Amino acid sequence: MKSNAAIYGKKKFSLFWVLAIVFAVVWLVIAGAPFVFQIFTSLKTQGEFITGGLFKIPDRLSFENYATVMQGGFYRYFVNSVIVLAVSLTLLLFISAFAAYPLSRMQFKLNRPIFGAIVATMSIPIHITLIPVFMMSIRMNVYDNVIAVIGPNVAFNLPMSIFILTAFMQGLSKEIEEAAEIDGCGKFAAFFKVIFPLSKSGLATLGIYNGVVIWNEFIFVMILTQSQKSRTLPLAIWEYQGQYSMNTPLIMALLVLSSLPVILLYVFGQDKLVKGMMAGAVKG
Amino acid sequence: MAGSKMVSLRSARQHSIRIAAAVFLLPALLFLIVYVAYPIVESFITSTMAWNGMGRKRVFTGAENWINLAKDINFWRAFGNNVKIMFLSLVFQVPFAMALATFLDVTERRGAVFKVVWFIPYLISSVAIGVLFKYTLDANYGVIASISKLFGGGGVDLLGNPRIALYTVIGVVCWQYIPFYMVLYLAAYGTIPVELYEAASIDGATRSQYFWRVSLPLLRPTIVSGMTLSIIGSLKYFDLIFVMTGGGPGVSTELMATYMYKLSFVRYNMGYGATVASGMFILITLVALIVISTLNRKTEL
Repeated sequence: MKSNAAIYGKKKFSLFWVLAIVFAVVWLVIAGAPFVFQIFTSLKTQGEFITGGLFKIPDRLSFENYATVMQGGFYRYFVNSVIVLAVSLTLLLFISAFAAYPLSRMQFKLNRPIFGAIVATMSIPIHITLIPVFMMSIRMNVYDNVIAVIGPNVAFNLPMSIFILTAFMQGLSKEIEEAAEIDGCGKFAAFFKVIFPLSKSGLATLGIYNGVVIWNEFIFVMILTQSQKSRTLPLAIWEYQGQYSMNTPLIMALLVLSSLPVILLYVFGQDKLVKGMMAGAVKG
Repeated sequence: MAGSKMVSLRSARQHSIRIAAAVFLLPALLFLIVYVAYPIVESFITSTMAWNGMGRKRVFTGAENWINLAKDINFWRAFGNNVKIMFLSLVFQVPFAMALATFLDVTERRGAVFKVVWFIPYLISSVAIGVLFKYTLDANYGVIASISKLFGGGGVDLLGNPRIALYTVIGVVCWQYIPFYMVLYLAAYGTIPVELYEAASIDGATRSQYFWRVSLPLLRPTIVSGMTLSIIGSLKYFDLIFVMTGGGPGVSTELMATYMYKLSFVRYNMGYGATVASGMFILITLVALIVISTLNRKTEL
């Protein structure tokens, strides 16, 4: 990556660097301290936490909290989260690629107004849709079913995804598609055989970015489901927190377990995530 | 004859493009109509009704809910809290995120460890962060209270004190979102052409001149879109604050969204809940229009 290290880095041990590093370390503490508290506390028993205080190093590491969380139906929430993520993300990526294709590469009268309307949807607060979507899920008989959450997940992440993919597809060369058309490909064959495969890197970026958003989604799951059999991890946190609110170490163990998948994803997909954020904010 | 055949061929082609475009756009438009457009219309209709959400009996009450909304101190207080969060978020997020991004850009790979830890807050769900901070800031067992006790002080109740709870919440909001803007600015740094560094360095630019005269102007479009996201996002906040304080103590951290949620899904006053949601929609749309038109105009100059 290009950087301005060249100009900043000329003098190595100046006051500038001392201040910069102090600032960096202070921020490291601010960003990291809550997580240290989380992991440290999760390895204590409740008794130890209450009597020994926060800073007491436990006599032995206790993994009982993790075991308790796992036995308490954590697995079910996790599976639900995976199902919701997989279905929502697959639909989201296909549908936004479908929509981005004509918006980026076809000339027709309503092209710009439709694109504008989709982009404008980004600033709409989800809260105005809560009551109607809640009623709709009851009428459609999907209330308290993981399926109910998928529609809103797809719909509310579509505008940004379409926006990003449209920009991405505009960057693909025209010639390949034209060559395919001369070879007798229709628009549909051109899409599936040429454009969609060429968009892989854009789709991967979007997939990781939206994956984090969907994995963490809270309010729709809260209003559209009510029992453990259909709730996802953010709701597990919410419910355990109500049920075991006095047992701080247990709650901390739960937080560690529920955050791990996203942190792992980040470790592997760092570049893609950054690209997705950048693309998304170009014209938020 | 040949001419008319050409025209009809072109129009046939146009026709087939229109059909293909419609087919490709259909699924997306269907989702947006069912889950966004229809609910907005339905919410505005519900906002003119008295309705508890149970059963089908909705009673048309005309503008009554809207008149109540205009006079509702709790709603305007919630809006005020949203606006406070919006301003303070901007004041803290932009400079801190910029400083962090500049540090990471300058140190390149040597700063990689910092980057990973700094970014983690943004990845964790708002619910997890809300719960984490509820315990981190606990008056007796939390981190700050424990440090205070270590030095012989008493408990510190940052979330339970109505006068400071909102500012505590804003601190947590910044903690969560600064990493997002940091990565945004960092990515924007990556787009500055390397020739500009060389040119500035040949011209004898100092570090601060370089930052103010070269980097900052080039990062401006990204800063503007970051600010737009932050402003609109601040007016929509829900998860984090709902979990951390539930709007309390009292109504000191109540937001438009938490107020709407409680009215609709706790007190089952869906008619008025829909009015609050619609009011929120109108306010956010107005702010979005103002922000986008003014900020974008300035960038183009």
